[in-house]
Amino acid sequence: MRTKNTRVRTRLLGVLTIVCAAAMAMGSLAIVTPSPSVAQAPLDDDVWPGIRKELYAARPIAEDDGTLTLEAPVRADDAAVVPITMRVPASMAAQAKALTLVIEKNPMPVAATFTYGPAAGNGERMISTRVRIDMYSNVRAILETTDGKLHMVTKFVKAAGGCSAPALKDQEQALAELGKMKLRLHSQDQSPIVQEAQVMIRHPNYSGMQMNQLTGLYIPAKYVEAMEVKRGDEVVFTMSGGISLSENPNIRFTYAPGGDNEIVVTAKDTDGSVFTARHTPKGS
Amino acid sequence: MKHANSIEQSDCYSSSITRQTFLRLVLNGTATLSFAAAGLRFGIAEAMAQAPATVEANVIEVAHGVFVHQGRHGVYAPDNGGDICNTGFIIGDDAVAVVDTGGTALLGAALKARISTLTDRPVRYVINTHMHPDHVLGNAAFKADGCQFVGHEKLAPALLARAERYLAYNKAAVGEKAFAGTEIVLPTVGVADHHEIDLGGRTLALLARATAHTDNDLTVRDEKTGTLFTGDLIFSGHVPTLDGSIRGWLKLLAELEPAAAERIVPGHGPAAMNWPAASAPVKRYLEVVAAGVRAAIASGRTMRDAIETVGESERANWQLFDEFHRRNVSAAFAELEWE
Ligand SMILES: [Zn+2]
Repeated sequence: MRTKNTRVRTRLLGVLTIVCAAAMAMGSLAIVTPSPSVAQAPLDDDVWPGIRKELYAARPIAEDDGTLTLEAPVRADDAAVVPITMRVPASMAAQAKALTLVIEKNPMPVAATFTYGPAAGNGERMISTRVRIDMYSNVRAILETTDGKLHMVTKFVKAAGGCSAPALKDQEQALAELGKMKLRLHSQDQSPIVQEAQVMIRHPNYSGMQMNQLTGLYIPAKYVEAMEVKRGDEVVFTMSGGISLSENPNIRFTYAPGGDNEIVVTAKDTDGSVFTARHTPKGS
Repeated sequence: MKHANSIEQSDCYSSSITRQTFLRLVLNGTATLSFAAAGLRFGIAEAMAQAPATVEANVIEVAHGVFVHQGRHGVYAPDNGGDICNTGFIIGDDAVAVVDTGGTALLGAALKARISTLTDRPVRYVINTHMHPDHVLGNAAFKADGCQFVGHEKLAPALLARAERYLAYNKAAVGEKAFAGTEIVLPTVGVADHHEIDLGGRTLALLARATAHTDNDLTVRDEKTGTLFTGDLIFSGHVPTLDGSIRGWLKLLAELEPAAAERIVPGHGPAAMNWPAASAPVKRYLEVVAAGVRAAIASGRTMRDAIETVGESERANWQLFDEFHRRNVSAAFAELEWE
């Protein structure tokens, strides 16, 4: 096969070299991330008291009291996309007010706060999402109940470099599709108590710690900061989010069935762009 | 293709070894050159003069004038010095082209030293098959030589975005000494789709590929011998690693398979393999992962569940499965749930 020089387009980029920068918080990716064994934060560096004070002042927090559970991998497979699931058992559902996810060692530790609305339902309340984890860190889920009390569970996750990981494996395609949303209903049957759905948004959720691939400068943070999920006219939850949510924010959640079960999602990013999606069950 | 700006390579290629000698060395198979001498001779970086004197580049002549150095399967570690992927070079009548340079400046220098024992033709081109550090970080050894650095047009941005992390992590993983002198050297020529290089008496055809293993995969075909350097589009032994698009990778393999090649040089695996036979295991692995992930998505299972279960049947077929497979599933899941 002899190829001809039909379409040679070359771009002279100049010989630009980047010399090893001084020690940064150790990036995790050797190649495509084998387990990040060298990336450890100093363990004695206890950042929680400061975060706790900022978020909840001196309010008491009950730990591991059975009011919620947190699922997180012991070691992340991809520090930029760590799946996290929080569950509030049905017995606590009526009292659940808000759920906050904190990744202690991240530069912006509060990943998201979910505030429940009337359509969150009385079955088990599950919220599952994917987060960036920048260094070995405690991940904490804090439930605020309607009586004003706070409840917390904590998991330690070994992961590194999640916040500065380059955005998007295929940058071009991803930017072309920015704002595209997908809503899926997961419930297999028409449970009278609980339904499950998933919302996905194409968005780089720039952390402010990623390099611009063309200029070598940091890309300013730009992320989905607010989301509202409704079933019909009733709120399932509202979310305020930060840079710790992974690119292409992805939230799976439970809600109470009712009305015609139409799900409506509205999201807004820090640039003020608004994204909406709705899912109307077949036949209605 | 002659280059007006090519810099005189006077002291770099002063080897007096004849072609006969080089063939003999190659046929003996194990001829190596210790790095220490090469490092001093080429004056790459002062730090490298104190580097361990053990870095050598064994090469095999897989076709006439086409040489491959076979890296070991592994991740960057002190015991392998970052020598974990295949590198190679092609010698023309006028010039030499290097295809991937290894994981550190020392490895690049060892390769360069090895080249100089085989030919007095200058290295005018350093081609990188994609952004991964084990393939590109040896570029530093060729920086002073005024050669063209050639890669996919998306290679430079991809490397820029990852430079700090690649350097910091791999330095920590392999050790400071082994990493001495290593830096990111970006391509000076970005290939958008197709590019030809004339080495004198032989032509290399470079093709920039759509997103597959990464978003900057480039293949290099030596037209004279029908040898195709696939980069990491082909793995053998070492489990494939997904850092681009599983759909794109499968599509690309399907496109590549009918193309005739006398042999291919994989990014990881033997120095040379038969084509298209070499594609089959990679394709099977990717198909198993894609099918498993699609089934998980269709039945409403979570990413975490998929990571725990998908593709386990492939475990026995690959090395480094624990290091990379779960991440591959994670990446495939994030991609395929948008279908
Ligand atoms: Zn690779």
